[in-house]
Amino acid sequence: MSVGSPLNIGLILGAVIATAAVLIWVERRLLAVWQDRLGPNRLGPLGLLQVAADMIKILSKEDWVPPFADKGVFVFAPTVIMVTMLTAFAVVPIAPDVGIIDFNFGLLYFLALSSLSVYSAVLAGYASNNKYSLYGALRASAQTLSYEVFMGLSVMGVVMLAGTFDLRVIVEAQQNLWYIVPQCLGFAVFFIAALAESHRTPFDLPEAEHELVAGFHTEYSGIKFGMFFVGEYIGITLSSAMMVTLFFGGWHGPLLPPVVWFVLKTAVFIMLFILIRGSLPRPRYDQLMAFGWKVMLPLALVNLMLTGALVLMVGSDA
Amino acid sequence: MNVDRVQVESLVPLAIYFLLVLGVVGVMLAIPRFVAQRRRSQARDEPFESGILSVGDTHLHLGVHFWPIAIFFVIFDLEAIFIFAWAVAVREVGWPGYLEMLVFVSVLLAALVYLWKLGALDWRTRRQQLQDSLLSERG
Repeated sequence: MSVGSPLNIGLILGAVIATAAVLIWVERRLLAVWQDRLGPNRLGPLGLLQVAADMIKILSKEDWVPPFADKGVFVFAPTVIMVTMLTAFAVVPIAPDVGIIDFNFGLLYFLALSSLSVYSAVLAGYASNNKYSLYGALRASAQTLSYEVFMGLSVMGVVMLAGTFDLRVIVEAQQNLWYIVPQCLGFAVFFIAALAESHRTPFDLPEAEHELVAGFHTEYSGIKFGMFFVGEYIGITLSSAMMVTLFFGGWHGPLLPPVVWFVLKTAVFIMLFILIRGSLPRPRYDQLMAFGWKVMLPLALVNLMLTGALVLMVGSDA
Repeated sequence: MNVDRVQVESLVPLAIYFLLVLGVVGVMLAIPRFVAQRRRSQARDEPFESGILSVGDTHLHLGVHFWPIAIFFVIFDLEAIFIFAWAVAVREVGWPGYLEMLVFVSVLLAALVYLWKLGALDWRTRRQQLQDSLLSERG
């Protein structure tokens, strides 16, 4: 088995989609635990078959396009998030021989695709011809544009330390020291930016249900709504995988095989995403924007200059 | 370091993966066409706006405060691209490069402070601003 073999491609695609499906159940169960409830526990062992039931239900719902909507764009919008998020997975180095492709600009590819995914929300809101959807879309674009700027800057510290955009080389460079140690500031900024990009609480203002119904996907139902949902979970998985790759040594770890380490570490971050949803309130819109521009952007720039000085002082072997 | 170029053949796995992804999404969109139920109900063809009948369409005039965000993004993200280029080459350009970058980032931060003082980074509504100033007066 080698990077980019057909078996690799098939297994990774299958695993990512299966993870996204199981996450629906995981999130409901974990939120229930943290809120002192039971959550879905009836179907199958621990309620695991809930995943299958949800899938059957959502597939059998009417495939409806509202007559007042812009039809083509309305159908196109939910596919954007699915395709961009799934395609971005191609550059994630899962283990020494597991992955789809190794680019020497893998990190840029990830940043590009994760910013493309905002078109999903914007087009959906625009095509729905519904005022709530439009406001959701505007908020989504404003928020993503603001947090986009320092998301890229926050990972440049890692690039400086490793001297490359190639994700596999970045992981290999963390053999002895995970980049979370010299880059804890960069990680904090990246984590918050990733949270904002995925439009989840506390950054879920584009779909804040008590002011905008469901934001940009108000008019969506059935499988097209499901695609936004699954796309969001794939986004979370992708962000977690990137955090592990960039800051937590990727597949490195003692005893267990590399793939297991990668999956375990990624699972921890996915659960952290869910814990944050279960514990933090949603800020006001202007607070969210001000936080991005006035706190995170200067922090990212300061981290960058500090890392640059560090790299040059320690010398080329750092 | 040699100049890396991406060989077209090495992109084949990515192309296959991309086609598979398109296939999966296509199948997901296609299944409901065959198995899904169809329903008729009264208010189905109305936009859902919290039970209030929809008035007009969405081609309305939007608050201008969304517009500066786009401009700031263009400004700062373009600067970020220059920083990306420096980040990969930080060892090659050494301290002279670092000093130049320090000047560049300082200018960037100065621009940010200017926007801040100008009030361009304040997205509060007029009512919120009024409330906040009243609160701070009371102490």
